Amino acid sequence: MSQADPPTTAVRAPDGPEAPAGAKAPAGAGPVPGALRACVALFRSELRLTFGRWRTAALLAVLAAVPVLVGVAVKVQNGGGSSGGGGGAHGGEGGGPVFLSQVTGNGLFLVFASLAATLPFFLPMTVGVVAGDSIAGEASAGTLRYLLVAPAGRTRLLLVKYAATLVFCLAATLVVALSALVTGALLFPLGEVTLLSGTTVPFSEGLLRALAVAAAVALSLVGLAALGLFVSTLTSSGIAAMAATVGLLITVQIVDTIPQLHAVQPYLFPHYWLSFADLLRDPVYWDQAAKNLGLQALYAAVFGSAAWARFTTRDITA
Amino acid sequence: MGAEVDAGPYADADGGATAEAEPGAEPAAEPGAEPAAVVRTRGLTKRFRGGQLAVDGLDLTVPRGSVFGFLGPNGSGKSTTIRMLLGLIEPTGGSARLLGEPIPAASARVLPRVGALIEGPALYGSLSGRANLLRYDAADPTADARTRSRRAGAALERVGLSAAADKKARAYSLGMKQRLGLAAALLQPRELLVLDEPTNGLDPQGMREIRALVRELAADGSTVFLSSHLLDEIEQVCTHTAVMHRGRLIRQGTVAELVAGARGRLAVRTPDTAAAAGVLKEHGLTGLTVQGDEVTGELPAPWRQSAASGPVPGPESAVRPEGVHGPDPAPDPADLNAALVRAGVRVRSFGTQHASLEDVFVSLTGEGFDVAG
Repeated sequence: MSQADPPTTAVRAPDGPEAPAGAKAPAGAGPVPGALRACVALFRSELRLTFGRWRTAALLAVLAAVPVLVGVAVKVQNGGGSSGGGGGAHGGEGGGPVFLSQVTGNGLFLVFASLAATLPFFLPMTVGVVAGDSIAGEASAGTLRYLLVAPAGRTRLLLVKYAATLVFCLAATLVVALSALVTGALLFPLGEVTLLSGTTVPFSEGLLRALAVAAAVALSLVGLAALGLFVSTLTSSGIAAMAATVGLLITVQIVDTIPQLHAVQPYLFPHYWLSFADLLRDPVYWDQAAKNLGLQALYAAVFGSAAWARFTTRDITA
Repeated sequence: MGAEVDAGPYADADGGATAEAEPGAEPAAEPGAEPAAVVRTRGLTKRFRGGQLAVDGLDLTVPRGSVFGFLGPNGSGKSTTIRMLLGLIEPTGGSARLLGEPIPAASARVLPRVGALIEGPALYGSLSGRANLLRYDAADPTADARTRSRRAGAALERVGLSAAADKKARAYSLGMKQRLGLAAALLQPRELLVLDEPTNGLDPQGMREIRALVRELAADGSTVFLSSHLLDEIEQVCTHTAVMHRGRLIRQGTVAELVAGARGRLAVRTPDTAAAAGVLKEHGLTGLTVQGDEVTGELPAPWRQSAASGPVPGPESAVRPEGVHGPDPAPDPADLNAALVRAGVRVRSFGTQHASLEDVFVSLTGEGFDVAG
């Protein structure tokens, strides 16, 4: 969305003085003078609709509950006594267990542990639900035809839907991170952060790194959001689109773990998801994180275009 | 992420279409003829991917200021036609102009001036009635945000929903949903209202109210395009009508012409039934029946030659000269009466019985009205 704004603003700027004239004669002026304002109005309406829903609240509540469960489990196990070191021995593969072993020492690590725990399935599943439902849900409720006749404009509606889905990606990630931060602060001590590379940094920098990690996680979902949007333009059933998107996610995650399929794995959207852990090194390893962002941009471009091509030519019969 | 989406498509759909249409088409677009036709289609055709021909070569003309009844059984192609007119479905053949501009190319400019109720209302159940209207209004790029809530309030008032405006739409009855759908169509002053089955699901009182509202809107200067399968509704409310059957337009014209002209029946009461029948037959009446002392017969339809193009004047008369009124209109009943008397038939009573639109429909299609095409 933020990238979509500047060009539009640039086009609008020269017309600034003429704006009052356009407002006076809306019929003759056509849709161009208020293009940006109209986009913003629809976008705000979309956000109100998405976040005003009971379903969205439920999804976010589930996400908020995960860090609490993880935190309580770690606390209970640790309170049982023995195994500070035993937990640490666990941490060879993946990012999750590594963080888990450090949670008892520093509550901030619950943020990383929770993001690592929710990123493979929980988090993308909620995004799949919201993205899959975006167009197909309107179609199955019949509201799509009224939006298009309003006329929302197919391209504008698609952009607004995608933008709202991206806002949801960010909101979902932040809900996990904040819930983890609060739980971690309540259950465990906070303090200086020992990074994965062994360097110790002050808590404030640890907090900044947590913010960077959350941003990286949210951006990791951009590709899936575009995929879900595309699936959503294919069908008039919201449920089908949600199920298909989540099904695709699970399939891709499974393919990503099969060693014999390693040739395709670098092209799968979740392949570099856990690269966010590299932001916790000193110096930061940018290699994988950059690959992740590039891959997400590629998915957004390919499936965003496919969704546009499909949606702008589709007969709306529902 | 946003880069690829904003570059091409955005400019393409909104800016591009407007820019290309404005220089040439708009100012030159028949300034004289424009007031005459609010909807004009030429050979409009839709064949769905399955091969089903839903609409077949439709030539429809809706005069400005009319209350136009679009009539046909379920499945006759009414809804597909309406969706093509509103840019929801792409025609596979022919063209459509709405308010003088081509659809779907000029949708963004035309549709803000069109209010629509399409195959029943569709609402966001989780939103209140008022919030539904605000949402739909926000989707209209020409709608003024500053007056949005006032206009929504006025629209609710107009359809009699003010009391229930803040209830969740999920809790609405079908009739209330229908009213809310109408309110959405009335958020702005509209030049054209396309109302697909607007009284569906309403009780008789509600139907009366909606019909009164339709008349009121027409009196305010809007053209109303009303689709219905209720013949008496069309007869009560509409000035013009078109009849669809199996994807084809089989007749269009004013309601009065259709009812009076297409199949007026002449009834003569006389003791000399055989002689009367002979005279009437000579003058072109068909379907003569004799019952007791009454002879009835169908007056010839005046439109037989002009088929579906109808009596609506417009530029198309230049294209199809055969569309002008035929040389052999229905005989004047006064002449018939004189002829009977000249033939020595003693006439007890003489009169025409007006057919209802339902009779018209049955005679046009040869089928009962509720048969789905």
